[in-house]
Amino acid sequence: MSAALQSDQTQLEDIEIALLLEGLYRVYGFDFRDYSPASIKRRILERMRAEKIATVSAYQDCVLHDDACMERLLVGLSVHVTSMFRDPSFYLTFRQKVVPILRTYPTVRIWHAGCSTGEEVYSMAILLQEEGLYRKCVIYATDISREVLRKAREGIFPLAAMQEYTGNYMKAGGKHEFSDYYTAHYDNVIFHPALKTNVVFSEHNLVTDGSFNEFHVILCRNVMIYFNKALQERVHNLIYDSLSMFGVFGLGNKESLKFTPRADFYDKLDSRDKLYRKVR
Amino acid sequence: MAFEIVVVGTSYGGLAALQVVLPALAPDFGLPVVVVQHRGKDTDNLCEFLQRHCALPLAEPNDKEAIAPGRVYLAPRDYHLLIERDGFALSTEAPVGYARPSVNVLFESAADIYQGHVVGVILTGANADGARGLAKIKAYGGLCVVEDPAGAESRGMPQAAIAATKVDAILPLREIAPFLNQLCQHEPGSSYAS
Repeated sequence: MSAALQSDQTQLEDIEIALLLEGLYRVYGFDFRDYSPASIKRRILERMRAEKIATVSAYQDCVLHDDACMERLLVGLSVHVTSMFRDPSFYLTFRQKVVPILRTYPTVRIWHAGCSTGEEVYSMAILLQEEGLYRKCVIYATDISREVLRKAREGIFPLAAMQEYTGNYMKAGGKHEFSDYYTAHYDNVIFHPALKTNVVFSEHNLVTDGSFNEFHVILCRNVMIYFNKALQERVHNLIYDSLSMFGVFGLGNKESLKFTPRADFYDKLDSRDKLYRKVR
Repeated sequence: MAFEIVVVGTSYGGLAALQVVLPALAPDFGLPVVVVQHRGKDTDNLCEFLQRHCALPLAEPNDKEAIAPGRVYLAPRDYHLLIERDGFALSTEAPVGYARPSVNVLFESAADIYQGHVVGVILTGANADGARGLAKIKAYGGLCVVEDPAGAESRGMPQAAIAATKVDAILPLREIAPFLNQLCQHEPGSSYAS
């Protein structure tokens, strides 16, 4: 195929993707129209390869008429592959700078927005347990995909990942043996159910749903990287509205509050680890 | 053909190779240079290290950061780096071919946006990442440069790239930066809009 034809093909594909996303929204209510285009395109094409479908238009037919096919796409679009104590310094800084603040509260509500398969939720539960705070905390862990939440709720992760996670845990200031928190079973480990007694896993869509509570801490790390700038602004407003005064907000380490509409409403708690505090 | 961006992919041996290529880029190099170096999760200081070997400003981009000419961008550890119309986008999708960042992900997204205006460069590496991405750059009419496998620290990636597509130049490591400088000189002030 010539370069010119190749380029026409891409344009056509972009139109088809826009139509698919419009259909997905109007039929099922899931709104990916303001997602960051490069990554969503990759994921759709990846799903198509897995479903052995050649064109986006044919895939649209499948997605709009078959709930199971749609659910598989939803999982494909919502899985972030993360790890426990991803970016250990974030958790270390959280221990040093946020935990002292939380100690002063009688109860603590934490919203983990876009929790995916739960690795970072269990990490936070472990941290809070070690700091003696877990009993007075409730963690609301939300994601758009039911299937992803089911996995998060299970708390089962591959044994092969534990070496890396143990390293992360230690760098994150872990106080015990990491293996104290799980039981190995063949190729998997299951995290102790006590870690999720105060975790509420629930469906929530950052794009279309509103605020549902007021929180002392909101973590939304590496979630908004999938959104375009307009949607990022919307979600920054939603998060601001959902934080109590002096509440803490945590982003991924390549995200920034700079240039967002709420930038001036926060103080930096830590600029490297992207922890902020709502001050006005 | 006016070029608008240079994308570079490398893996094993890449750190030494980048220390040869980056310092030899002209101080007035007129295009953005985006580099994926496969790296472990414990490589926080790679950026500072490479900056010491590079006259152009070098940084790991933040999400949605605009792409500026005359700068070198290094894909941050544990993220894919993608090109979009108005800047960079990061992603924590699953590793591709065990790699995150993945060379293919960067190259394919660059071809999608800049089409025939991309220069793709594959340096030393022990796997096959980048071959598919380079083939896509070529299919869109971009320019493909590969380090000569004969002299490469690890020949896997260059060989896979050469097998995947008809590359435009196979060069010894030391000749790659001069080649890029020359390309760039012929294209003063080119921009995406042109």
